[in-house]
Amino acid sequence: MPAAATETERAIEAVWRIEVARLIARLARMVGDVGLAEDLAQDALVIALEKWPRSGVPENPGAWLMATAKNRAIDQLRRRRRLERKQAEIAGELRTYEGTTETEIDAAEEGEEIEDDLLRLIFITCHPLLSTEARVALTLRLLGGLTTHEIARGFLVSEPTVAQRIVRAKRTLAEAQVPFELPDADELEQRLGSVLEVVYLIFNEGYAASAGENWMRPELCAEALRLGRILAGLAPREPEVHGLVALMEIRAVAVAMAFGPAAGLELVDALTHEPALRGYHPLPSVRGDLLARLGRYEEAHAELTRAAALTHNARERQLLSERAAACAWESAPRETG
Amino acid sequence: MRFMMIMIPNISSTDEQDWAPSPEAVAAMGKYNDELAKAGALLTLDGLAPPAKGARVAFAGGRASVTDGPFTEAKEIIGGYWMIEASSREEAVEWASRCPAADGDVIEVRQVYEMSDFPPEVQEAGKFSQEPPKPTAAR
Repeated sequence: MPAAATETERAIEAVWRIEVARLIARLARMVGDVGLAEDLAQDALVIALEKWPRSGVPENPGAWLMATAKNRAIDQLRRRRRLERKQAEIAGELRTYEGTTETEIDAAEEGEEIEDDLLRLIFITCHPLLSTEARVALTLRLLGGLTTHEIARGFLVSEPTVAQRIVRAKRTLAEAQVPFELPDADELEQRLGSVLEVVYLIFNEGYAASAGENWMRPELCAEALRLGRILAGLAPREPEVHGLVALMEIRAVAVAMAFGPAAGLELVDALTHEPALRGYHPLPSVRGDLLARLGRYEEAHAELTRAAALTHNARERQLLSERAAACAWESAPRETG
Repeated sequence: MRFMMIMIPNISSTDEQDWAPSPEAVAAMGKYNDELAKAGALLTLDGLAPPAKGARVAFAGGRASVTDGPFTEAKEIIGGYWMIEASSREEAVEWASRCPAADGDVIEVRQVYEMSDFPPEVQEAGKFSQEPPKPTAAR
């Protein structure tokens, strides 16, 4: 939104940030397509931006947006049914579709909780079918409500690049007909790994440059932490989720606040005894970072090398290897002039 | 950005019984807190015991003097607080507006200073002066 946004526009933006994930998650279950769900939610936002500056922000803005988007969804479903029906008639198959859509929507309304929808949405935006970049962009867009412009600024890439990643990601998901479902038990671990990787990459991107001038980057850390907290609430029995949230918090606290790397390292060391986090690459990566900040380069080198070997993400492996090499250089004995 | 939402309930009585919320109010507040948590916004929250159980420590002339609660002269008494993470002041205000508060209650929304908001010499002076908070996984 432009800098000169009115008070109402800023209020609408705030409502949007709060509601966007739930809105899209609920709509995605109704229409079975995250791309269409986002379009519907965006339509509702556009209507709000037209109406609210004149009428004022409604009493329950979240419910208002949901109702407006749902009406659009019903129209869409009806139109689609009508089209299907026409085709069916041509084929000589006379089936009655009228009246089913609303029942369907009512069924989607009740029963399952919105939390499951949110979890489904996270698993979809972080689907292994998508490239890491696409997963990150789609997650920030659909779960964080960030604009293409904000994502582009955060990752220092051009806006069209981000827009294209998002469009392609949605198309890939639609073409593969990825169902809006939670992963099966046997693939849960791998799928969760894919989600945590995205959250961690978002955090790292913000963290790596948190001292810079770019206002968007601390935002990325905050957004990653927020996603981590949501995940911890949705999947409370997954120790890796808690581990990741703890690691991100320790780092954020140790560096952005006044406690320093030594205090952070102490907290991280306590986590290394957690058996569920063995082989979990963010752990040695954070230890390595804190050790390097303390000037303990030799130990930092060992930890960062270990983290590089453990990560499945090529770009992250490269970054970790580079940092490990830098630590090795720092720790090497050499002539001083 | 972190914000503190400070609840100033509309209770003029210092009677401890008047501070006890009804089951309905507790249920509504629980639902609200749940919403905050599920949105990833909630960092921590606490409700405070009535002022009758507290004390005020005032400073004058280099000395601290203690007044036991209740503080009959006080106009605004804090009843509890939430610490939340929000991307803007508007977002924090929007969250506060959704609170199922009682008639006459007030929620004050205040942004939390981060160390990076201070000049370097202040940051240096603040170093290692506190215990770091425990990570959530330990809870």
